[in-house]
Amino acid sequence: MANPVIEIRELVKIYVLGEVEVRALDGVDLKIDPGEFVAIMGPSGSGKSTLMNIIGCLDRPTSGTYMLDGGDVSRLSRDQRAIIRNAKIGFVFQSFNLLARTSAIENVELPLLYADVTLTRAQRHNAAREALRRVGLADREANHPSQLSGGQQQRVAIARALVTNPAILLADEPTGNLDSRTSVEIMGIFQALNDEGKTIVLITHEADIAQHAKRVVHVKDGKIQQDERIEQQRI
Amino acid sequence: MRNSLTRLGNITIVGLKSIARNKLRSLLTALGVVIGVACVIVSVAIGAGVAQSVSEMINSLGSNYIMVMPGASTQGGARIFTGSSNLTEEDAEAIRREAPAVAYVSPQNRTAGQVVATELNWSTQVFGVGVDWPFIRSWNVEDGGFFTDQDVRSGAKVAVLGKTVADNLFPAGGAVGSTIRIKNVPFKIVGVLEKKGGSMMGSDQDDVIVAPYTTVQKRLQGQGQRIGMIMVSAASAEQVQEAMDQIDALLRQRHRIPPGGDADFMMRSQEEIAQANAQQVGLMRNLLLGIAIVSLFVGGIGIMNIMLVSVTERTREIGIRMAIGARGRHVLLQFLFEAIVLSVCGGLIGILLGVGVATLFARVAKWPIVVSPMAILIAFGVAATIGIFFGFYPARKAARLDPIDALRYE
Repeated sequence: MANPVIEIRELVKIYVLGEVEVRALDGVDLKIDPGEFVAIMGPSGSGKSTLMNIIGCLDRPTSGTYMLDGGDVSRLSRDQRAIIRNAKIGFVFQSFNLLARTSAIENVELPLLYADVTLTRAQRHNAAREALRRVGLADREANHPSQLSGGQQQRVAIARALVTNPAILLADEPTGNLDSRTSVEIMGIFQALNDEGKTIVLITHEADIAQHAKRVVHVKDGKIQQDERIEQQRI
Repeated sequence: MRNSLTRLGNITIVGLKSIARNKLRSLLTALGVVIGVACVIVSVAIGAGVAQSVSEMINSLGSNYIMVMPGASTQGGARIFTGSSNLTEEDAEAIRREAPAVAYVSPQNRTAGQVVATELNWSTQVFGVGVDWPFIRSWNVEDGGFFTDQDVRSGAKVAVLGKTVADNLFPAGGAVGSTIRIKNVPFKIVGVLEKKGGSMMGSDQDDVIVAPYTTVQKRLQGQGQRIGMIMVSAASAEQVQEAMDQIDALLRQRHRIPPGGDADFMMRSQEEIAQANAQQVGLMRNLLLGIAIVSLFVGGIGIMNIMLVSVTERTREIGIRMAIGARGRHVLLQFLFEAIVLSVCGGLIGILLGVGVATLFARVAKWPIVVSPMAILIAFGVAATIGIFFGFYPARKAARLDPIDALRYE
């Protein structure tokens, strides 16, 4: 078996709110192998958002270790984490988070602007076009977000997450703002990308959305309560 | 290195796009810098113009020139400037005879009046002077000749025209030998002066008629023996002070003023006159420069204000950029560039405006103005510096945002 993409050990995150200490994560161990499709589930307040922030290198754990793609990222500085986010993590958000008044292809090119490996304008364009093609939006590259439907916007966001060819796709409630039909469509895209070998981590509180993954991790009160492989519901 | 340069370029473009999206706001933001830079350009242009015209004036009049004017006289203990002159023709004669450091002396009377040629008429000023006048002013006759000592002694009705007057009264030429009427008194034209151009204060020096001072006194003024002022030329530039001392002593003696008493006349050397004029214009320039500094400062604060608003408005955008890998300095540079571009664009508009206003000043108010490339460069540098200085704080604020909070910002 190949080395795990994500290896988390005894992860603890404590927030200090005034004089109260909140243990958002209280000793989490999690290992995700390449090519997995994991759904992290839990009610609000369970600590799943905190876990996502740490997996996404947006935040640092109070203690414990986090190995991403073979490197320890649990003690990195702000800028180092930015570099990791750029190179190894592709974010997909609930509210799409595309830049308004910016065309689809420019949105997709955005991560390449900040990449350590600088590409020419043509290379960026080609990479973005290829990513848009993979999510089925090759013909919409000039459209601005306001000219796209919610499902199309989320596909642009997925293309943006893919363009740097990251180690994991990290999707935070990607269907939260979509109707059920479009949600299924988006889950289909994730499955297709997973079939091509992408490792996907999906954060959700909806059980039927989690059914599209291959493995479901339940988080509650800052701990992993259940970790099970499931029968994937194919689209 | 090449990589980071390219990335720098990419980030600059991001900043430019944001400005293009908010054209009106960007323009209003930059207005303070526009006005400030325009003021810098105009004030520097005025300063340079004055410096140039001072040296030109000294060159054209000769640094030997001394002007003796009537001053305040003491009457019963009170110093009063009576307005009526206390300089006489004899004073001028005495200076010529008794001041060895003096080369040329000419009284000057001044009046204004309507001048009529055969068909045309023109309103101008008339100088009544002596025969030394062309040497003092180093102003030659272009056509015909100057009037003679004999003309002055007899009070002959002869006149020499300035170029502007000649052109206006005799557009077809042939001024010399014709007769004109000044305040209804007929004068024969004996010569036309060469073109002199505008003076330091902008008036047209060629808009003048020169006639013997005796004639002007008798025929046009009728104010007896008094003369308006005495123009003197020292024998050399080095002897200006010596000449002034001699004139001072002589006139004090003639006017019976005890040593140490207040003189009833004033003397100015060419250099002093030029400097006094320069001081006046310099005051105007400093005022503009003051406005410029205040305006640039206010403009800078305006930019800072708008950039802070912009950072708040775009918190979410900053969060997105950070989430997908923008480092602190990328965000810093993006906003810093935006501020610099704003102020530099303001600077460019300000330069255009400043050059325009300076040109207008030169044309309409006939101010001596020189727009130097140096001033433009300085203004540009100042604008860019303001962008960096006032853009830094908002940009740093943006760069220090926490990506998690920024992403959650509604």
